[in-house]
Amino acid sequence: MGVTDPAGAARGYRPSATMPFGAEFRRQASRRRTQLALGFMVLLPLIILVAFQFNSGGDDDNGNNEFASLVDLATSGGLNFTLFSIFVSASFLLVVVVALFCGDTVASEASWGSLRYLLAIPVPRARLLTVKLVVALAYSGLALLLLAGTALAAGTLRYGWSPLRSTVAAELEPGEGLLRLLAVLGYLAVVLLAVAGLAFLLSVITDAALGAVGGAVLLWILSSILDQITALGALRDFLPTHFSTAWLGLLSTPVQTDDVVRGCISAISYATLFWGLAFWRFTRKDITS
Amino acid sequence: MRSPSPAAWFRRALPTRRRAIAAAVVVVLLAAAVTWAVWAQGSGVRTESAMLTVRSGPAGDQPVDLDTTFYLPTDASSGRKVPAVLLAHGFGGTKESVRSDAEEFAGRGYAVLTWTARGFGRSGGEIHLDSPDYEVRDAQRLLDWLAARPEVRTDGAGDPKVGVVGGSYGGGLALLLAAQDRRVDAIVPMITWNDLSRAFLPESTGGAPTEGVFKKGWAGLFFGGGGNVGTGPAGLSGGTAAQPQGAPASAGPPSPAPGAGPGTGPGGAPAGAADPSCGRFAADVCAAYLRIATTGRADQAAVDLLRRSSPAGVLNRISAPTLLVQGEADTLFPLGEADANARGIAAAGTPVRVAWFTGGHDGGAGPRSDSDRVKFLTVQWLDHYVKGAGDPPGDDFTWSRIAGFDALDRGLVATGFRAADYPGLAGDARREVAVAGPAQPIANPPNGSPAAISSVPFAGGLASLLDGVAGDVPGQHARFESAPLTDAVDVAGAPTVTLRAASPTGEAVLFVKLYDVDPDGAATLPNGLVAPVRLTGLPQRVQDARPVTVTLPGIVRRVEAGHQLRLVVASSDQAYTTPAQPTVYTVAVDGAVSLPTVSGEPIPTTATVWRWVLAGLLAAIAIGLVVIVAVVRRRHRRQDRSVHPEYAGTPLAVRRLRKEYADGFVAVSNVDFEVHPGQVVGLLGPNGAGKTTTLRVLMGLTQPTAGEIYVFGRRLVPGSPVLSRIGALVEGPGFLPHLSGLENLRAYWRATGRPAGDAHFDEALEIAGLGDSVQRKIKNYSHGMRQRLAIAQAMLGLPELLVLDEPTDGLDPPQIAEMRRVLQRYATDGRAVLVSSHLLAEVEQTCTHAVVVNKGRIVASGPVEEIVGESPSVLFDVTDPVAARAVLDRLHGVRVLPESDGQLVVDTNGTARSDVVAELVRAGIGVDRVVPRRRLEDAFLALVGENSRGSGDR
Repeated sequence: MGVTDPAGAARGYRPSATMPFGAEFRRQASRRRTQLALGFMVLLPLIILVAFQFNSGGDDDNGNNEFASLVDLATSGGLNFTLFSIFVSASFLLVVVVALFCGDTVASEASWGSLRYLLAIPVPRARLLTVKLVVALAYSGLALLLLAGTALAAGTLRYGWSPLRSTVAAELEPGEGLLRLLAVLGYLAVVLLAVAGLAFLLSVITDAALGAVGGAVLLWILSSILDQITALGALRDFLPTHFSTAWLGLLSTPVQTDDVVRGCISAISYATLFWGLAFWRFTRKDITS
Repeated sequence: MRSPSPAAWFRRALPTRRRAIAAAVVVVLLAAAVTWAVWAQGSGVRTESAMLTVRSGPAGDQPVDLDTTFYLPTDASSGRKVPAVLLAHGFGGTKESVRSDAEEFAGRGYAVLTWTARGFGRSGGEIHLDSPDYEVRDAQRLLDWLAARPEVRTDGAGDPKVGVVGGSYGGGLALLLAAQDRRVDAIVPMITWNDLSRAFLPESTGGAPTEGVFKKGWAGLFFGGGGNVGTGPAGLSGGTAAQPQGAPASAGPPSPAPGAGPGTGPGGAPAGAADPSCGRFAADVCAAYLRIATTGRADQAAVDLLRRSSPAGVLNRISAPTLLVQGEADTLFPLGEADANARGIAAAGTPVRVAWFTGGHDGGAGPRSDSDRVKFLTVQWLDHYVKGAGDPPGDDFTWSRIAGFDALDRGLVATGFRAADYPGLAGDARREVAVAGPAQPIANPPNGSPAAISSVPFAGGLASLLDGVAGDVPGQHARFESAPLTDAVDVAGAPTVTLRAASPTGEAVLFVKLYDVDPDGAATLPNGLVAPVRLTGLPQRVQDARPVTVTLPGIVRRVEAGHQLRLVVASSDQAYTTPAQPTVYTVAVDGAVSLPTVSGEPIPTTATVWRWVLAGLLAAIAIGLVVIVAVVRRRHRRQDRSVHPEYAGTPLAVRRLRKEYADGFVAVSNVDFEVHPGQVVGLLGPNGAGKTTTLRVLMGLTQPTAGEIYVFGRRLVPGSPVLSRIGALVEGPGFLPHLSGLENLRAYWRATGRPAGDAHFDEALEIAGLGDSVQRKIKNYSHGMRQRLAIAQAMLGLPELLVLDEPTDGLDPPQIAEMRRVLQRYATDGRAVLVSSHLLAEVEQTCTHAVVVNKGRIVASGPVEEIVGESPSVLFDVTDPVAARAVLDRLHGVRVLPESDGQLVVDTNGTARSDVVAELVRAGIGVDRVVPRRRLEDAFLALVGENSRGSGDR
C-alpha cells in the first residue's frame, strides 16, 4: 500500500500531473476527424492552385468587389495566393474547423462514456477543461498555420516571391507583406476565439458532439445574417461576427487598426465570457453521461 | 411523492433555479438593448410648422411666403431662453432636407429655424441665387421673427443670439447674410463658393471669369435638373432625410431626376412664372444662364449678376466668427473657394477657422470619421460663439486624407490631420518633382466630342471610385511623366506647373491634370479635379510660346514612393464647354510640378480609446485569472486533509447519503454501509433502486445532497485525490472507439499521470482475457469484450477498492464464473470490492456481504448468510397436509403460506423449526422433509416486498 500522500492519494498520483498536455494531444491526434481536418487544410491550397491552373483566362467577370480584386491578384505571387486562400476559408471553413476542435473535445468524451472515467482517475475538473481547451486551441492554431503555410509554400513555388498587392493600398514589399500576412493570421486567430468559446461552452453543456459543433456554427451563421441587416444599427457592433472581416484593413497603408482593435475586444470578451461560463458550469454540474 | 408539495411542483415547473436566473439575465439584457436603441431615437424636441409671409426685394416691399419649421428644445420657454440656429438647405432641397440636423441642434439646446428657400418646394417667389435683395433679405426677416420669439435669447431688442449654418447654397447664404446683417453671431458655411462666376467659369492661370471655361456639366444640373445639390459634410441638407409621416409633402425635387427641377415645383409658384425655359428661376438669372450656356462664354453683365450673389466682394463686412468647411472631393466648389473666403474674412480681423474633409459635392458626407469631425467642429463653434459655452475653439486647421477602404462596410476611411495654422493652398513647404516629355501636338475635337472624362457631377460617393473611369482620348492629350518618386509625398494644397502652348488660331482651351501613377501603370486622377485654362495670343510654334503658370485645384493626397506623377494636358473635357472649331495645339511643359505640403499631426481617433480598452480588458482578464487561480489554490490548501479515525482502515464508509435531483426526485436517502478489507460487498437492488446513483456519488461524478462518504477515512468529494485509490466501472464501459483495447488502456493510464510501472498491464489484460483481440479496435468489440476490458481498466494499478457496476452484464456463464473467482481473489491483501447487481444469484455466489437497497433506501445489510438466514419460511413435506395445516394453525404466530403441490410453506415467525416438527409428529403426521427456504429470492422478495416496480417508478 505504502500511502505517504498527505491527501491520501495512491502512490504516484498528483492532481497536477494528471492528463498531461502531451497525452491529450496524442489522444486527439489519433482521431480520424483531427487527421482529416488538418489534412484538408493542407489540401485546400493545392486544390485552389490546381483550379487556377485550369482557369486559363476565359471570362474575367468576377463581379466588381474586393473579392474580384483578390481573385485577380491571387496568382500574382505567393503572398497574394496565401491571402486569397485565407480569404476564401475565413468566413466559413475555418469557423467549422475551430468549432470542430473546440466543440467536439468534451462532448465526444461524454458520448463515449470515457469522461466519467477521466473524472474518476481523478482528473480535477478545471484541469481537464484547461487541458482540453489548450489542446483544442493548439489544433485550431495548427490548422490555421497549416493552411497559410501550405498556401505560402505552394503559391511561392508556383507564382514566385512577389510583393503583396491589393486594391486598397500600394503594393507592399515581400518582407513587409509577410508581416502583414502574419498580422492578418493573428487577427483571424483572435476573431475565431469567439467561435472557440461558443463551441467549447456548448461542448460542456451537451453530450452530443454534433450538437456542440453544429450549434456553434449555426449561431455564427445567425450572427452573420443579423450583421447584414443594417437596420439594427449600433446593435450590430455587439454581434460576434461584426468585425470578422476587419483584417482587410491590415492590408491598407497606413494600417487601419481601429476595427481590428474593436474586433479583438469583441472576440476576447466573448471568448472570456463563454469560457468562464463553461468552467463555471462544468465544475459544478453532475456528470450523467 | 404521490402528493407532491407545492414547493416541489414549483421546482419541477422551473427547470432549475440557475437556468431561471440565466434566462432572466438574458431578458434584462435584451430589454436594456431595445430600450437603449429606442431611447437614442427619441428626443425632447417640439416643432412648429408655419407659412411665414416676409417682405423683401430691393425695396423690401415684395411679399413672399416661406415654408418654415421651427424646432424647439422641449424645455425652452420665455423663462428659459435658448440661442438660435438658422439652418439653410442646399440648392434643390427644402426645409425637410435639413430635418435631421435641425433635430440634432435642437437636441443640443438650440432653437432651430429651417425654411424652404424662395423658389423651392412650397415656398413662393423665384430663385435669385442667394441675391442680397431677395434670399438674403428673406433670411433677415427670419432673424426678425426669431428675435420676436419669447423662447429665443437676444443680444438686444430685435437682435437674436443666432448662428447661421448651411451647406452649398445654404452656405453661400450664411456668408452673404453675415455680411449684410450684423446681428448674426457666428456662421458655419460649408462646401460653398467665394465667387460664383469663378466657380462656374474657372480659369487656372488667373484669368477673369469672362475668360473662364464654362463648367457646363454642373451648371446644367443646377439649372435643368436642380436636384439636391447641397449635400454637406455633416449630413447637412442631405437628400436622404426621410419624409416624416403627416408632414406636408415636399414639392422640391428630392433627387436629381432631370425634369424634376425647380421649374416643376407647384404650390406657391407665381402664376406668371410659367416660362418653360426658366422654371422658377428669376428672369435675370435665367437670361444670364441661357446666354452663358449658349456661347460657353460669360459677358460682363452675367459675371456681374453672379458676383452679386457671391461673398467675394463683401467679405470685409463679415464680423461673425466663421468656420469654413470645404470638401476635397468637390469639382463644383473646390478648396480654392474656401481659401478665398478665409483670406477675405481674416483680413477684416474676424476669427476664421478652416477645415477640409474628404467629401464634397462629389464625395458626399465623406467617411464617418470625417462627418463626425465636422459635426464636432460645428457644435464647438456654435457653442462658444452663440451659446457662450465652452472654450474658444481656436483657429487650427484640420484636414483629412482618404486612407483606404473600410474593411467592414466597404466605405472609405479617412485619416484626420491637424496643423496649428491654416497655410492656405500653397502649403507650408513645397516639393518640386520634375516631369519630362517632348512637346506634343494635341487635337481639339470639333464640338468637344469625344471628350475626356475627369469627373461626373453627382456621382456622389462614387466619385473617388471613378478615378479608374477617368480617361483621356488618344490624340487629344499630351503626357509628361516624372521618374518614380524615391519617397512618399503628402500633397496638401494646389500644385502648380509651368507650360507653354502654341495654337494656329492663337487661342487654346486646355485642361491640365495631375495623375498619380502606381508601379503597375494604373493612373488615378485625385478626386477628378482638373484645371481649365484659356490661353490667348498664342504663337504658331511652341518654341515661341511664353511660359504660363497653371495653378491646379487643391488636393490632399499621399503619393507613395515608387509612384510616378503624370501631368496630362488635354484639349477636351466632358464637364466643360470647349471651342467648337477643330484645331491642333502644341503643348510643352518646362521643369517641375511644384507640390505643396503641410506638416501636421494625425488627429487621434477613437482607435486610441479602443486600444486602451483592449489593454484594460487583457489586464482585467489576466488579473481575474491570477485571482481565480490564487483562490482555487488557497481553497485547495485548506482542503480537509484530516483522517476520520474511525474509518481510517475502512476502504469505504457511506454515511447517511442523500441525493435529491433538481426536479425534486429523491434517488437515495439515508444510505449507510461500509466496505471492509477482504470483503466483496454486493449492492443489491431492483433496477432504479438507487445503486447507480450511489456509485456515481462515490466516483465524484455527482454531488450528494447530504451525507458523507469516507474512503480510508478521507472525506470524499468530487475530485478528491483519494479517488485515485478506487478503480471503477460505472454505467458500462467508456472507450475511445478508434483505438485498440491496449491503446485505450495505455491512453487511460497516461491520463492518470502515474508511473507506467504501477499499472500492472499484464495482470489486467490477463483478467480481461481478450487474447489477440486486445490489438483490435474497440468499435469492433462485442459487448462482453468491452465489459471485460472495462473491468481490466478498473483494475489497472490494482486499486485498494474496486467498484464494479453490473460487472457480469454481457458475460456468458463460464466468464461469469471466472469473474466470480477473480473478484474473490482480488479482495485479499487488504483490498475490497463493491459490486452492484440486480441479479440475486450473482450476489449470493460472489459476495461475502450484501447491501440490499430498494426505493433509495437500505432494507438490509450484512453477511450474505445472515441475510439469507433471515428468511423466516420453511418448506414442510408431510404425509397429511390437511391435518398438518390444522396443527400449524393452532401454533401461536405460525402462519401457513399459500402452498402448491401438497407442500406446506410455513412462516415460523420465530418459533424454532424443531418445535414445529415436534408438534406435527405429536399429532401423528409424518414429516418427510424440512427444507429451510434458503434461496435468496425469498429473502430478497421478503425484504423489498412483492412490488416489483423499481424505485424509479415511484
